[in-house]
Amino acid sequence: MNTEIVTEISPFSNETQRSMAQHLGMWTFIATEVLFFGGLFAGYALYRTTYPEIFAAGSHRLDFWIGTINTAVLLTSSLCMALADSAAKLGRRAKLQWCLAGTWLLGAVFLGLKFYEYHEKFVEHLVPGAHFLPGGGAAPQLQLFFVLYFAMTGLHALHMIIGLGLIGWLWKRAGRGGLSPGHTAPVEITGLYWHFVDCIWVFLYPLLYLVR
Amino acid sequence: MKPAATESTTMDVSRSENYFNRDYSLRSWLTTHDHKRIALLYLVSITFFFSIAAAAAALMRWELLTPQGDLVVSDMYNRLFTLHGVLMVWFFLIPSIPAVLGNFVLPLMLGARDVAFPRLNLASWYIFVTGGLLVLYAIVVGGVDTGWTFYTPYSSTYSNGNVMLMASGVFIAGFSSIATGLNFIVTVHKLRAPGLTWFRLPLFAWSIYATSIILVLATPVLAITLLLIMLERFWGVGIFDPKLGGDPLLFQHLFWFYSHPAVYIMILPGMGVVSEIITCFSRKKIFGYKVMAIAILAIAALGFLVWGHHMFVSSQSVYAGLVFSLLSFLVSVPSAIKVFNWTATLYRGSIRFDTPFLYALGFLALFTIGGLTGLFLATLAVDVHLHDTYFVVAHFHYIMVGGMVMAYMGGIHFWWPKISGRLYPEILARISAITIFAGFNLTFFPQFVLGYLGMPRRFHIYPPEFQTLNVLSTAGAGVLAIGYLLPLFYLGWSLFYGRRAGPNPWEATGLEWITASPPPEHNFERTPVVTTEAYNYPELSP
Amino acid sequence: MKTAERSSETLPTPATAMSVFVLLLVLLSLSAVSSHFLTGRTGTTVGLLIAAAKMTLIFTYFMRLRYQSGLVRLFALVGFFWLGLILLLTFADYLTRG
Repeated sequence: MNTEIVTEISPFSNETQRSMAQHLGMWTFIATEVLFFGGLFAGYALYRTTYPEIFAAGSHRLDFWIGTINTAVLLTSSLCMALADSAAKLGRRAKLQWCLAGTWLLGAVFLGLKFYEYHEKFVEHLVPGAHFLPGGGAAPQLQLFFVLYFAMTGLHALHMIIGLGLIGWLWKRAGRGGLSPGHTAPVEITGLYWHFVDCIWVFLYPLLYLVR
Repeated sequence: MKPAATESTTMDVSRSENYFNRDYSLRSWLTTHDHKRIALLYLVSITFFFSIAAAAAALMRWELLTPQGDLVVSDMYNRLFTLHGVLMVWFFLIPSIPAVLGNFVLPLMLGARDVAFPRLNLASWYIFVTGGLLVLYAIVVGGVDTGWTFYTPYSSTYSNGNVMLMASGVFIAGFSSIATGLNFIVTVHKLRAPGLTWFRLPLFAWSIYATSIILVLATPVLAITLLLIMLERFWGVGIFDPKLGGDPLLFQHLFWFYSHPAVYIMILPGMGVVSEIITCFSRKKIFGYKVMAIAILAIAALGFLVWGHHMFVSSQSVYAGLVFSLLSFLVSVPSAIKVFNWTATLYRGSIRFDTPFLYALGFLALFTIGGLTGLFLATLAVDVHLHDTYFVVAHFHYIMVGGMVMAYMGGIHFWWPKISGRLYPEILARISAITIFAGFNLTFFPQFVLGYLGMPRRFHIYPPEFQTLNVLSTAGAGVLAIGYLLPLFYLGWSLFYGRRAGPNPWEATGLEWITASPPPEHNFERTPVVTTEAYNYPELSP
Repeated sequence: MKTAERSSETLPTPATAMSVFVLLLVLLSLSAVSSHFLTGRTGTTVGLLIAAAKMTLIFTYFMRLRYQSGLVRLFALVGFFWLGLILLLTFADYLTRG
């Protein structure tokens, strides 16, 4: 860094105002995310209504147990994030770091299982495209189910990866003591994002794994 | 560098340090967090994109001088109108008033030091430029022939253009829209000056707020839709693919869920600008302030419910068509209220025909024509006849160019003294405003007739009996071009040689006029306190 | 003085968080088990209702909507309302085609 420090003019007059603005901003962002995923959910709703049996057949080809365990893993990571939040507020740095590490690890476990599942689908020739060979006289519409499956879970996984990056950054920052009890907005805002990404999965789970 | 000098600026405010002359280095511009500088970054970039898109339009009009295809072949023509549409919609119209004037004026109007998230604001400009460069790259390597609407299954399966590249450019630019909208929403909620209650906000602030809501709620749907197109091209199969039992119409639903509200992204800020100009140059309070504010929100909300009127002839259910037609008519109610209230504001006002006012008048006339012809198109049966003809082209150009671009030009002229601290040559500016108005009508009015007579859009050849009207239209485009080029020169000239403007050359109300021109880096020396309603012009003596 | 005006930042206690978590797991098992009995429309409806319940819990406690101002709660709901509009009007087309 050279001497020319950017004299950052804060638009806010105090920390409370800044924190409230950041919360409002994050919730606005979450509304955009609802609609971003919403396009996919609308597509899902349409084809699920049009081809109910085929979607049930597609759902049978997914691994019920991986889906269920992954849901539990994500819910637990959300719990860790919530605990991290209160640890930050109380200024318990060690606890904060442990909770963040727990959140991160559970997120990583989720992604690990997810990619294992993707690999399985690849081996079974269920990835849409030229190599899609479901066998068993499956209807062509089965591919629609898998396009949606990969698009929805893929987009969700992408959000998880971004979330892992954010949590790793928080962890480092907490280690340096950069998250004092008066300045916990980064933990709160990241927490909102993380919980929201979990909520998406909470809906993907019944829509993809539990169609019967 | 602490701008301590601003404390002792009693002698000549305009010559003291301000946001503009603080630092001239390129680096200081490209790393700025100042909303005023970011506005100018947008101004330069959208002017650049506008010029390219306008050049494409010029080529098309040149081709349409004769009924035969003598300048370009049909494939080239497809690429030209796609390029024109994509650049004009996403890289000029949508950012025009919000990102340039909104960025510059909104925090000033609110009495704030900056937008809520200045770094995000700069990031959104970079995202915007990245998207724009990708689109330009897609054009350079061959272009896209789908039209700006990217309809499936043509775009996802058959088109051999660079759909991936162009769609990803638009996709990326979408995040810039979202970031800007988010920033403005939080700014309006959290950074209003003491005493500036919601119903004391100038209507421009209301319109930017409503626009931001649309940006934030509609753009994500476009993003996911474009992503699905890209996936479909990448995989070779996708959810719009009829071979798999997919429905290409789903694309149209999702696309127009964004793109119809996008029309309101393009017109609401214009309505805000016009409200500012009309009150200032008739020296009167706006007629029916609250109704005007609510009408803005009503247009923004209703705008989300009418997208199906783009799909009347697409094999959409007729019952859905009926509903969409009815809802479309509803939008005309708040729109008409606005037009009536502007007119009522003018009534017995003390009117000065300065340049911004000429643009505002032009807006009123052209927006009214554009809006009324919109009703023809919202009528199910009439739309069957007019769909995909030049009537549609003329209609939306009356709204987009006649409405939004007029308002944008008016706003640029209105706030130019604030932006630059200088006045532009008034006579020249009036001449150019009148030239634009005349050129615009000459270009697009014949297209209403052409469309009514049945000339389809998006063709480079046409039956010889349409030639006269097409020649008129092309001549108008030439006039229009002159009208647009003039301001480029005299505004540039005024930057260096224009008379100094002083803080409030129009004697307008509004917080942006109480600070120096150009404003200091912090906008205000101390945070203003608001005690009156907007547009508090002194009572006129009868 | 600051804590008073920061009511928007009150937290669920770790104990509350734990009970919410247990409730979430109960809902998850309910969802998983019910899918083996319920099919078709009923199955999906129940699955979605349980998911909505889970989300409500997460929004209310983990994301602290319970402790936030009305404005923030409104912002949290707006996205879902608009998603409802997409579904409503899109299906208005698909369900009434001849």
